[in-house]
Amino acid sequence: MGGRETAPATYPVRTDEDLITVRHAVRAATVEVGFGLVDQTRVVTAASELARNAYIHGGGGTVTIEFPRSAGRRGIRLTVRDEGPGIPDLEAALADGFTTGAGLGHGLGGARRLMHDFEVHTEAGKGTTISVTRWTTQ
Amino acid sequence: MTDRRSLDIPILRLGDVLVTGLINELDDKTATAFAEELTERIAAERARGVLIDVSRLEIIDSFVARALTELSTMARLLGARVIVAGMRPPVAITLVELGLQLRGVETALNAEQGMAALGWHHTSQPPERGARRETLG
Repeated sequence: MGGRETAPATYPVRTDEDLITVRHAVRAATVEVGFGLVDQTRVVTAASELARNAYIHGGGGTVTIEFPRSAGRRGIRLTVRDEGPGIPDLEAALADGFTTGAGLGHGLGGARRLMHDFEVHTEAGKGTTISVTRWTTQ
Repeated sequence: MTDRRSLDIPILRLGDVLVTGLINELDDKTATAFAEELTERIAAERARGVLIDVSRLEIIDSFVARALTELSTMARLLGARVIVAGMRPPVAITLVELGLQLRGVETALNAEQGMAALGWHHTSQPPERGARRETLG
């Protein structure tokens, strides 16, 4: 893996097509980090859920892909930002089974289960930033 | 522009079964348009069964899962049986971790088993058997 560092990249999430572009970029990033197929699928699926949240509930936003390293492990970190209304009840949004409710899938709790680290900052009227990381197991 | 995309997913008719497959480049609008088109085709073609091959899908997120669940319910209301076939193992693992079960959606390991469940049986006999090609010489 050497000392090759990949620069972070940011993608807009403003249209339906952007969601597909993000999925492609995240898939390519997981391959680059060396994830197996199941981990690739976990990360791309989490990215899809979070990007769609930003698109639908946040009125659009951005997804940034980074490649952190920690204790010899490599990882992929996705930071999804929007400047929407914020999440009024974070606990409810994270609760299991929330996606089976009305409306389009929030998938927030699901995305948390697919990733190792999960951080949310949300403020009413200012927007939401969600940062998730998955690490290689070696 | 994106409205025309709904035509990009072929829906084939084999007897009273409709056969279709979802592609990886599925965007949300196309998925919704596809569900509507398939529902209309079920009624128009008087289909008894629908096979949806998902072997090309690299991810099924909550949006696609919901679309498949709703599609199965709509088809059932029209008297047709939907079988989702060929899900990739990593997709199945991820769906479970996401907390989605595709409840009410019938599944099959692959398209062949899905078609068999819908009443189609493949014959292992070569077609030329009994065709008496040798009499041509």
